[in-house]
Amino acid sequence: MTAVSSVGLSEPQKKKAKDIFSSPVASAIAIVVAILWTIPTFGLLVSSIRPERDINTSGWWTFFANPSFSLENYERVLFVGSTINPPLFQYFFNSLAVTIPAVIFPITLATFAAYALAWFEFKGRDFLFFTIFALQIIPLQLALVPLLQLFARGLVVGGVTIIPDLGISGTYIPIWIAHTIFGLPLAIFLLHNFLRQIPRELIEAGRVDGANWFSLFTRIVLPLSIPAIASFLIFQFLWVWNDLLVGLTFGAGSKEVAPMTVRLAEMVGTRGSGWETLTAGAFVSIIVPLIVFFALQRYFVRGLLAGSVKG
Amino acid sequence: MGSEVWAVIAPNLLLLVVSLLVFAAAIYAVFLIGARASIERQEWLRYVVFLGPAGLLLLVGLIYPAIRTIILSFMDKQGDDFVGFQNYIWAFTMPDIQIVLRNTIVWVILTPILSTIIGLAIAYMTDRMKRGAWVKSLIFMPMAISFVGASVIWRFMYSYEPDPNRPEIGLLSAIWRGLGLEGRNWLLEPPLNTVLLIIVLVWIQTGFAMVILGAAMKNIPDDVVEAAMLDGASNWRRFSRVTLPMIRSTVVVVLTTITIATLKVFDIVRTMTGGNFQTNVVANEMYSQAFRQLNYGQGSALAVILFLAVVPIIWYNLRQLRIERTER
Repeated sequence: MTAVSSVGLSEPQKKKAKDIFSSPVASAIAIVVAILWTIPTFGLLVSSIRPERDINTSGWWTFFANPSFSLENYERVLFVGSTINPPLFQYFFNSLAVTIPAVIFPITLATFAAYALAWFEFKGRDFLFFTIFALQIIPLQLALVPLLQLFARGLVVGGVTIIPDLGISGTYIPIWIAHTIFGLPLAIFLLHNFLRQIPRELIEAGRVDGANWFSLFTRIVLPLSIPAIASFLIFQFLWVWNDLLVGLTFGAGSKEVAPMTVRLAEMVGTRGSGWETLTAGAFVSIIVPLIVFFALQRYFVRGLLAGSVKG
Repeated sequence: MGSEVWAVIAPNLLLLVVSLLVFAAAIYAVFLIGARASIERQEWLRYVVFLGPAGLLLLVGLIYPAIRTIILSFMDKQGDDFVGFQNYIWAFTMPDIQIVLRNTIVWVILTPILSTIIGLAIAYMTDRMKRGAWVKSLIFMPMAISFVGASVIWRFMYSYEPDPNRPEIGLLSAIWRGLGLEGRNWLLEPPLNTVLLIIVLVWIQTGFAMVILGAAMKNIPDDVVEAAMLDGASNWRRFSRVTLPMIRSTVVVVLTTITIATLKVFDIVRTMTGGNFQTNVVANEMYSQAFRQLNYGQGSALAVILFLAVVPIIWYNLRQLRIERTER
């Protein structure tokens, strides 16, 4: 490709070139696709603010000819429970309570490990790093059953108890730990790549100044890695908040700790839930990640790019 | 809202706050001890502190369970007796499971190809588009929505009204009826229903493909593109002869990333059809075997099959990267 580089174009030619790129047909197609992509979510939002009777007797698009507005669906789904099922508000709290530690724990531990792998010099370091990189290919499903049994019964090998039954089943703790474990390989990999880029002189200067490995971390490495941490933070947040499999299995089927995704999936399966509760419930569960997404899109994209350009 | 809700939330909130405080205190204490330890002691202490927690968690929580699952896949239902390859033979010969495998293959072929083609087209069309940012944002947005949320959104799109005297409330059915065609219960009709489920994942993954491929296109030097234009290359020729070859490796990364994600998705099938009406896939069947029927042997065998399907894809990906490095 070097053969064709550096050709001069005159200004009018450049202008023409731009015109072709921003051809109206291409732009029109792109805009149509963007609208098509948004309609399903938009339809859900519109439905969720219509009165129950209207949702079930006319399409959401008739809202514009015949506007009728009600927040009753939200009120009912969020705050009114039944004898069997608590209101969605409780699951909303669970989603928050699951997500916050399940984001903080892996990021902290991954930053530690990435620091050690990037700047400690020891035998087998490359092997260790490669192993952690390779762990990314293990699908969650492959670790699921034994890890669950570990939480439920502890670990006994040949009659010797290595990990006792901690009695934490049915609390948030197994969910936090599971998310931490499953998030670690990617987090360590991404943060390692970033921490490696810290100039060697900076680390060495710190060492000469008498900083030990612990203060080096808090004073130099941590402040410099904030952007990378922020990127991964959004990643992990969206992953945990949107997760169904871990919540379903490690929540031990307990309504008291189940996140919103679990409840929403359950609502779809029950005959009793009409579209008025489903649309409002779904919107409650997607609004938080949508806000995070639109507010921090730039960091999210940066993390995505770092993660997919592996090697 | 009743007091029962607060009765559940209050202790949970306490656990949350206490756990976070304990975690912060533990880390603070470790750093305090570490920084004050003698130089010789720090030499080994730093490994314990920085590598220890992550290493231990990965060993106990990922490597050990993965090996155990592989062993379980050769055991019977409860995981007590060795049964050889019986679970694998079951997976490849049972007619029900053959449908599951066939569907998974359809998912794995269609999802990456459709998402990548649409993502590539949008990335190319918006590459130098003025105010293209919001167009991309809207197409990217489904990435932030959970598979369960997306399934509710699309179930609503596909919703079907059997009574022709009542209006359709699902958009697809309404358009269908508007065209004068007889109503169809979309999610009940194989093989169409599998395609409709795949559309949900394509809807989510297209934005990912678009963003990654768009970034790769931005990295193509301007003069390369200008030279092609100077030669009078048409839009299509420029795309196929210049743009596409230059971002080939990124296309491979996007295809493989989506393929791996597709293999693991079970939420969409579970929420949309529950795996009924011949829409089941391996990831969902693994869940039902292991957690509904408590059949650990067969569930584990399916998990191993998923894992084995991922390995060659990653291997190919790594090899591609290595070839490219040597070419450079």
